[in-house]
Amino acid sequence: MSSAAKMTMAQAINTALRDAMTADESVVVFGEDVGPLGGVFRVTDGLTADFGEQRCFDTPLAESGIIGLAIGMAMNGMRPVVEMQFDAFAYPAFEQITSHLAKMANRTRGRVRLPVVVRVPYAGGIGGVEHHCDSSEGYYAHTPGLTVVAPATNEDAYGLLRAAIESPDPVIFLEPKKHYFAPEEVDTTRAVAPIGRAVVRRSGADATLIAYGPSVPVALAAAELAASEGHDLGVVDLRSIVPFDDETVMAEVRRTGRAVVVAEAQGFASVASEIAARVAEQCFHYLEAPVRRVTGFDIPYPPPKLEQHHLPSVERILDAVDDLQWDPA
Amino acid sequence: MTGIRLVRLLEADGTPVEDERHPLPPPEVLLDSYRALVLGRRLNQQASALVRQGKLAVYPSSHGQEACQVAAAAALRDGDWLFPTYRDSIAAMERGVDPVEVLMMLRGDWHCGYDPLAHRVAPQSTPLATQLLHAVGVAHAARLKGEDTVVMALCGDGATSEGDFHEALNFAAVFAAPVVFLVQNNKYAISVPLARQSAAPTLAHKGIGYGVPAELVDGNDAAALTAVLGAAVERAASGGGPTLVEADTYRVEAHTNADDATRYRSDDEVEQWRERDPLVRLRFYLRSTGHLDDAAEAEFTEAAERAATRVREGISAEVPLDPAELFAHVYATRTPQLAAQEELLRAELAAGEDGR
Repeated sequence: MSSAAKMTMAQAINTALRDAMTADESVVVFGEDVGPLGGVFRVTDGLTADFGEQRCFDTPLAESGIIGLAIGMAMNGMRPVVEMQFDAFAYPAFEQITSHLAKMANRTRGRVRLPVVVRVPYAGGIGGVEHHCDSSEGYYAHTPGLTVVAPATNEDAYGLLRAAIESPDPVIFLEPKKHYFAPEEVDTTRAVAPIGRAVVRRSGADATLIAYGPSVPVALAAAELAASEGHDLGVVDLRSIVPFDDETVMAEVRRTGRAVVVAEAQGFASVASEIAARVAEQCFHYLEAPVRRVTGFDIPYPPPKLEQHHLPSVERILDAVDDLQWDPA
Repeated sequence: MTGIRLVRLLEADGTPVEDERHPLPPPEVLLDSYRALVLGRRLNQQASALVRQGKLAVYPSSHGQEACQVAAAAALRDGDWLFPTYRDSIAAMERGVDPVEVLMMLRGDWHCGYDPLAHRVAPQSTPLATQLLHAVGVAHAARLKGEDTVVMALCGDGATSEGDFHEALNFAAVFAAPVVFLVQNNKYAISVPLARQSAAPTLAHKGIGYGVPAELVDGNDAAALTAVLGAAVERAASGGGPTLVEADTYRVEAHTNADDATRYRSDDEVEQWRERDPLVRLRFYLRSTGHLDDAAEAEFTEAAERAATRVREGISAEVPLDPAELFAHVYATRTPQLAAQEELLRAELAAGEDGR
């Protein structure tokens, strides 16, 4: 049906929604402004026109209501894919997500599974005003029962969303806003990206950068620059935060003996902290230096004119790499 | 719709009241309500007794609210859904869920002891009002699938203060979802009285703002509840959308055994409500009209006694739990991390380190 083409991440996600809705009648899309407008980022562009009001519709403006509705519809045989519009605007739905969406299968001994996908446009770097740029993955990753994925490429956005919609479990699908409008080659005929598998984006011998979502291109840029300075850095793109791919990450770190975790979210009690702890526990005897984290500061997301100081930058990543106790040349 | 006027079809002494809006349900229907009331009252007593014996951790009793419980269950047809709260065990049992399975949560075996899909009874919700949105979702999905399923969503007066109550009523109205919201206004949210929950003239008035038809009904009058809920289910099934029903009732017992109701209400108040007992009222009516004889009464009592015995035996029977099940349902497929944690626990158990 679809195959290789240049598309933005917004278009890749739109294509995934279309392909899933075509393949499975029980897939329904709803949220705020996702109908005739096509979403504030145009991710659901044309879905109402092409699939009808019953398959893609606007709801009242109430995030708890959207997730609650999705839970009920999933209990009655549907596969809802809902949009939260912005990361920080999903917080009114926190109880529905953490107490109900995440726990229903466990609570009912697996009798009621909720195949719901919650799409969350997330993270910063777009000059957004406050409450529009949060990296909220930590809240979800800390909640057992949720699968949490964050694509870094447009092709992964397509493949991971198809996999998320097919998953019997609820999936928090974090879409880096910064990537929405950048075109990349996307081949939708390739195998659906399996949830729970990281991918080595760049092989390197000296140190491993571990990143996900919007931090992956930053890590790749840092690796590129480091190569010109004599460090051969690898980059692992997690793709899935939960389930976490220990196998791929640890194999890379054991090979290089050095690791830097890169993530936009504030660092304290974060996904980056969890990764650093796991690497320390599982790779201690292979490590040449302590695991470093390059994250956002422990502050509320900054105003647009100051956000560049908060976000992990190529320079900050390279400074961390320089700290990895290299033997004197 | 602004003229919200109480529906009562039987006075507290069982005398029928004419109401132009709702006819009195036929005697055979009310006789079955009475059977269910006797059973519900007995099971409430039995469950409370099991708490005192240490067999159940806790039991939020619906003693005094049994008319709401049995009418809510009876109003539904095969294939309809019930969304109960923690205080609605009797309604769940009346929908056919094994009482022992209902009480398994309170025995501490698991968070929900029955199969919600098999019975179309959602897990009993302990967070307030959250389940109302799920009810709207089930109903909306049914409509999209072209089914005439109706969903009965239960909550109490305290839950009407929650944001999810508002969102559920609003969503149901906007989508014309076939949901009947039954608010059992039992006057207390644990200790906090109704006056601290709402300044509205009645909780039924809340329907007005959402464009949801609303009715206020005597919650200790099984006949009135049967008529009002039956009409609401019928309207929902025929595409008429949601209804909000406030049942004016009373929580005769404390919130749970862990609560001390004497701290916030008087014995006099409780006594006044005992005089409006839903069983007594319906019994008076059925006896005085000759629809309930000694034989039927004895039969109902014996059936209730047998059910209580089954509950007693079922709850007392130890069912071994497998600690490894803690990892089994979190995801459809265990994550590698959960698999490792399960192995850790299994190894501890095998080594006898975990004697708990």
